[in-house]
Amino acid sequence: MFREDATLEQTNTAEPTRRDFLYIATGAVGVVGTGALVWPFIHQMNPDASALALASIEVDVSAVEEGQSITVMWRGKPVFVRHRTDKEIAEATSVAIDDLPDRNARNANLPEDAQATDPNRSAEGKEPWLVMIGICTHLGCVPLGEAGDFGGWFCPCHGSHYDTAGRIRSGPAPENMLIPPFKFTDDETILIG
Amino acid sequence: MKNLLTNSARALAVVAGVALAAPAALAAGDGPVVERQQWSFSGPFGQYDKQQLQRGFQVYKEVCASCHGLKYVAFRNLSEEGGPGFSEDEVKALAKEYFIVDGPDSEGEMFEREGKPFDLFPSPFANEQAARASNNGSYPPDLSLMAKARAVKRGFPLFVVDVFTQYQENGPDYLYGLLTGYHEAPEGVEVADGQYYNTGYVGGTALSMAPPLSEEIVEYTDGTPMTVDQYARDVSAFLMWTAEPKLDQRKSLGLGVMLFLVLFASLLYFTKRKIWRNVEH
Amino acid sequence: MAGHTKYVPQSAPAKWLESRLPVISLVRGSFVDFPTPKNLNYWWTFGGIAFFVLVTQIVTGIVLVMHYTPHETLAFASVEHIMRNVNYGWLIRYLHANGASMFFIAVYIHIFRGLYYGSYKAPREISWILGVLIFLIMMATAFMGYVLPWGQMSLWGATVITNLFSAIPIVGESVVQWLWGGFAVGNPTLNRFFSLHYLLPFVLVGIVILHIWAFHTTGNNNPTGVDVKSEKDTVPFHPYYTMKDLLAIVVFMIFFSWFVFYLPNYLGHADNYIEANPLVTPAHIVPEWYFLPFYAILRAITFDIGPIPSKLGGVLAMFGAIAVLFVLPWLDTSKVRSATFRPLYRIAFWFFGFTCVMLGWLGAMPAEQPYVALAQLFTVLYFAHFLIVLPLLGFIEKPKALPDSINDSVLGKPAADSTVGKSSEAAA
Repeated sequence: MFREDATLEQTNTAEPTRRDFLYIATGAVGVVGTGALVWPFIHQMNPDASALALASIEVDVSAVEEGQSITVMWRGKPVFVRHRTDKEIAEATSVAIDDLPDRNARNANLPEDAQATDPNRSAEGKEPWLVMIGICTHLGCVPLGEAGDFGGWFCPCHGSHYDTAGRIRSGPAPENMLIPPFKFTDDETILIG
Repeated sequence: MKNLLTNSARALAVVAGVALAAPAALAAGDGPVVERQQWSFSGPFGQYDKQQLQRGFQVYKEVCASCHGLKYVAFRNLSEEGGPGFSEDEVKALAKEYFIVDGPDSEGEMFEREGKPFDLFPSPFANEQAARASNNGSYPPDLSLMAKARAVKRGFPLFVVDVFTQYQENGPDYLYGLLTGYHEAPEGVEVADGQYYNTGYVGGTALSMAPPLSEEIVEYTDGTPMTVDQYARDVSAFLMWTAEPKLDQRKSLGLGVMLFLVLFASLLYFTKRKIWRNVEH
Repeated sequence: MAGHTKYVPQSAPAKWLESRLPVISLVRGSFVDFPTPKNLNYWWTFGGIAFFVLVTQIVTGIVLVMHYTPHETLAFASVEHIMRNVNYGWLIRYLHANGASMFFIAVYIHIFRGLYYGSYKAPREISWILGVLIFLIMMATAFMGYVLPWGQMSLWGATVITNLFSAIPIVGESVVQWLWGGFAVGNPTLNRFFSLHYLLPFVLVGIVILHIWAFHTTGNNNPTGVDVKSEKDTVPFHPYYTMKDLLAIVVFMIFFSWFVFYLPNYLGHADNYIEANPLVTPAHIVPEWYFLPFYAILRAITFDIGPIPSKLGGVLAMFGAIAVLFVLPWLDTSKVRSATFRPLYRIAFWFFGFTCVMLGWLGAMPAEQPYVALAQLFTVLYFAHFLIVLPLLGFIEKPKALPDSINDSVLGKPAADSTVGKSSEAAA
């Protein structure tokens, strides 16, 4: 009994620092715990395991003739796959880089600073093929194909014109249409993602 | 505090009173007696045994899959954390063995293609009617959740003990008991045609599933004994995983949470004591 | 509420706000400076714990809705999607499913604390009645939530409980079809239950605020049941009870986590992992544990009572078991609140607790003898406690002497071992 009282006494004299430390420690642990608790509630809104599993698709392009395009769905977004004509390629190649509003290739398969030349925009070693996410970089509408002032794509929402390499040429869109990670696994199959 | 203690003591006395007054509950369990088995995933530190899950999957694939589906499980799950731990290439190769109905194609026709890791296990029958037609009118249930969908009554006081011993394996225990429960029917027990006597079945003394396992029916390559007992154990563990694929994560996160809460509660206890030190209460 | 604070805004923005919306003084008056009896024991923390669990249920519920699909063909699969694919979905669903049980555990302890210490008596009747209303609404909410995963127990539990209303004379069948939106529990039922399950918790929060407002107007009851007489009897809510409640909440979280992480399906029913099938009824339809006492009372009425058929009788008895709580403040005739000073009531209280536990056990038993007879016995005892024992006790019981004040009661421990008392109190 006496011993216990003595301990209490000591605690009381040593109080200010010990108490401050206790309060700070308790508060700090509480803050850490709250932070850890919040994470699952935030992370649950990120793409789930089933969505991530669908992150890559294979596309059979054997039936796409020159001058034709198909639209496929990848990660819930349209992807334009266009088999371009020689005329379209020539038009795209003839444009000087300095005349482009966005000089970056915006190609996920190339270094970030790659220039927006036509070879950098089209499939590696297969220049007739253009694969890009069919979403206007202005506010996310889907542009119309073979339309607009430059014979490429035209976004009806706010009047952005893209050329035959999918590069922004006029209108409010700030960037060229994005090129997703993709590769030809053989001559007829593209793996996107 | 003293009041709290005496009150708690009284509460305990009431519980004890119930214990004495309710011996009938002890006998109230229906269905078969389920023996508790040893599982790598039981208890607070329990985790799945990857090798066992792989063997269990082999048993499922070579034996059960001819009649039973696994419709909530995707091939990719087999290579995910906390699962059997197959490699992604193994899963890709495995998925290719299955045919998945997809479509419609540009002609409007459905077509079959090779499975991909993101596909779910295709069910062995197109629908319940087809399943019944092929199985003498019985419907082999999907096994995805079977290990959580079967529980045998524990009765008092076992159900109270279970809270402290963290007994959550009655599903796999039941499955193991069923798969090893086929015996000759004893004298005087009538078993109808197309029915098989089983001491571990919750729905009666006999069921429509023929004994699926026999010695050496599945070829293990790692030297594990190829016995009915071992097969039953492995496939039950595998089915627990299909029903509860996040068990490993759950238990390891749980340990962290528990340690944190105990630390935080201790600190709060001393803080609270400090705050109240000058108040008689 | 705001009247309990001496808060005077100092800064200009605080003055600006105070003269337009005195929200700071409202919060300070209710949860900071509010004078609270200094002798509240840990049983009093369960109100705060229950509120904490309610908030947990709302937060996890809102998150689950982001991934759940309320449709008869998709609901079950969407729950499995949450369990298997959604990041931490398993954790959030197990928190929500076990949280329902935790809410009932906290609320049942809170109710029994109120019963023991006479917190329902004048002048706190309104607070008590609002509490019973909270209890009733949370039962409805929990029941509808259990239907949403669309497992076998969801479907058949919903079928059995909605069929209770068919006992209503003449219009019963029409009422049941109106509840279902069809001729059996189906997709319309699932959708309306989902809608109401989302709505009702917010209604609960509103009633909880009224519940707190009411007892903040009268002041808290306390273990002696003696009114607060002076400032010596109270301490400000903060930091004394904020810290005490927080400690209790964190300890309760340990208990909660034990189930979520190690026994997540212990309190549920295995049949609910089988998708709903209107052609097959599970062998035993057992409600969740927190409904069992009322389920036992429902099934105890196996006989006609005069013109009342047994089916209607059971339903009336079950709802009566809750309805009687509404009038409890007027059934108890004793002037003394706390059971500490009521020797006979204390016995009656513990016997009533035993009755409820027995009813809970009987609710889980099959409807056969001897369980039916036992359920009938304990149903009679349940109602007798409220309708016979409590009214009579006030006249025949001789209460012990009450302390003059809370402060006297705290200090009035036997002088001989006051040091022991002090150090063990400090440890508390």
